[in-house]
Amino acid sequence: MSMFNILGVSGSAVSAQAQRLNVVASNLANADAVAGPDGKAYKARQVLFQTLPGNDPGTAGVKVRHISESDAPARRTFEPNHPSADAEGYVTHSNVNPVEEMVNMISASRSYQNNVEVMNTAKSLMLKTIQMGQ
Amino acid sequence: MLEQLNARLDTLSSSLQLRSARQQVLASNIANVDTPGYVARDIDFGAALENALTGKVRRPLEQTNVRHLTVTSTDGLIGNPLAYTVQTQPSLDGNSVDLDQQRANFTDNAIRYESTLRFINGHVKTMLSAITGQ
Repeated sequence: MSMFNILGVSGSAVSAQAQRLNVVASNLANADAVAGPDGKAYKARQVLFQTLPGNDPGTAGVKVRHISESDAPARRTFEPNHPSADAEGYVTHSNVNPVEEMVNMISASRSYQNNVEVMNTAKSLMLKTIQMGQ
Repeated sequence: MLEQLNARLDTLSSSLQLRSARQQVLASNIANVDTPGYVARDIDFGAALENALTGKVRRPLEQTNVRHLTVTSTDGLIGNPLAYTVQTQPSLDGNSVDLDQQRANFTDNAIRYESTLRFINGHVKTMLSAITGQ
């Protein structure tokens, strides 16, 4: 029954968006993290979505193909008294851009809501279909 | 006599199946709103229903005897050629889903699905009152 496929399609999208939200949460949590002794700071991560073809023509779910790390240069501040400062007195922070992450979060949450809405509609249509002829 | 009763139900059931297939395609579009390179698709409902009703995509059972029942399979109903939607706002990642349009189409299709269901229910009630003869 093809209506059930909608739950699969939207379910895959909801789970992909949830993973995106997870990554955003991790980025925001590490926004102020400074580099450890090895000099490597946290790098912002981003999910990459990919279409997951379904059984029927025209149906396609979505999955997270890859989680990439940002190559943006790390933020460095001059704080000679900071315990993590290097020999020149600079502290290396993560390269997370909080504004970008907030926008990403809003976008992910809207997409999540949209797909939940789609599932609700499909569910109510199916419930009405099984009452057909009564 | 029975054929007359069934003919209308046939049209309605084809319509219902097509609506369900379209709902699935629209759900896929909404699910892939953030997937790079995804191309939005849709079903031309009018043309698809005409194909289904005129038997263009139906594969009737082979009849080797005139007394065989005429049974048509609705299997190929979804095999109608899917079309690509017109891109309203070009995006850098090659995604052609217009979310507002898709949401509107999804709601529109859901309402039409439900109205088709009501037509079927009404038809069933009519037939029931006809065969009870009261």
